[in-house]
Amino acid sequence: MNRTIQDLGFLVLRFVADLGRLGLFTLGVLRALVTPPVRIRLFVDELFKLGVLSLIIIGVSGLAVGMVLSLQGYNTLVRFGAEQSLGAVVGLALIRELGPVLTALLATGRAGSATAAEIGTMVATEQLDGLRMMSVDPMDLVVTPKALAMVAVMPLLAAIFICSGLFGGYLVGVKLMGVDGGAYMSSLENAVDFRDDVAVSLLKALVFGVLVGLIATYRGFSSAPTSAGVSSATTSTVVVASVSILIVDYFITALWGV
Amino acid sequence: MHRSPVRDLLVGLFVLIGLGAVAYLSISVGGVTYNGPRGFHVHAGFDEIGGLKARAPVVISGVKIGQVSSIGLDDRYRARVELDLDPSVKIPTDTTASIVTAGLLGDRYISLQLGGDDQFLKPGEEISFTESAVILERMIGKLVHNTDLPKEEQRKPE
Repeated sequence: MNRTIQDLGFLVLRFVADLGRLGLFTLGVLRALVTPPVRIRLFVDELFKLGVLSLIIIGVSGLAVGMVLSLQGYNTLVRFGAEQSLGAVVGLALIRELGPVLTALLATGRAGSATAAEIGTMVATEQLDGLRMMSVDPMDLVVTPKALAMVAVMPLLAAIFICSGLFGGYLVGVKLMGVDGGAYMSSLENAVDFRDDVAVSLLKALVFGVLVGLIATYRGFSSAPTSAGVSSATTSTVVVASVSILIVDYFITALWGV
Repeated sequence: MHRSPVRDLLVGLFVLIGLGAVAYLSISVGGVTYNGPRGFHVHAGFDEIGGLKARAPVVISGVKIGQVSSIGLDDRYRARVELDLDPSVKIPTDTTASIVTAGLLGDRYISLQLGGDDQFLKPGEEISFTESAVILERMIGKLVHNTDLPKEEQRKPE
């Protein structure tokens, strides 16, 4: 009995200590962000890796999600003779929830895991210690450009995801199921509000970018310097980031959503 | 880190595409529904607005000329609806504003039936003739009530 309570206490303490270390790590990233040198070229390099190379998966997934939403929505709406509002159904679902959340989950799998593995391998092969010996701060050279690029890339990827989803929905709804194209677009434009829908969507994507960027770099940075450490850092990045995205999404919707 | 023209070009393109998508979502999809000229503000009081919402269209003969900018209560607890209209459309003072429904269960919008007066409304004035929204449930209630009444009256003499 005593032992079980001890275990529980240890688990809670470990969790709180982990949160505290993540907080200190965040402060370190912020400090590296505002103090020179500013690593513009490294940041652009990360934009390429995290953003440009994720374009295909984001575009194709968005298209597929929009198409299936449109198909499902059409089959439900046509029973009530309300297939004119297909655009509103596809648009609101994509903009409010699916766009930012699925983009963040895809980016976690595609870019977050790679970031954690890269930094973890640098830890395992003592490259970060090498940098410290040359008195180069690895927070500055390695961590901050990656975390910042993730934050910058996420809203852009989410917007691209949503646009290709809307296009996919249009293709299926209008070209395949025969909904009037003007009705699709006008119900979409009537239903979607900038402040309530688009701004909240972009805010979500930005917050998810901060979450994924910090979790991926932190897990890589604090991984054990072994191959098992790198693999567990990658796994825990995907798990922790995905779960926190879904939980934080609920709270943003509850606070700002309709 | 050296410059790499191809990579930099791709990153630049990516940022442009992303910003373009953000702009499209914000302006075209999420922006104001009515894109024509606006700036002529009048208001109207209604006893019942039903499901009328801000940004609902205002039409004359089915042609959109503006939108509802805000809805509130006036000092007599009637609904005060602010309209934002195209300034080039002259509206006579004896115009009637009515809240109508697109289809049986569709969205509410405001339709203006122009009057014949040669005086025109000035900005900030009130459209005094209004017709409230028709609440379907209330109508059904009245219908049921009316058909029930005669039966009870018939029973009484028995």
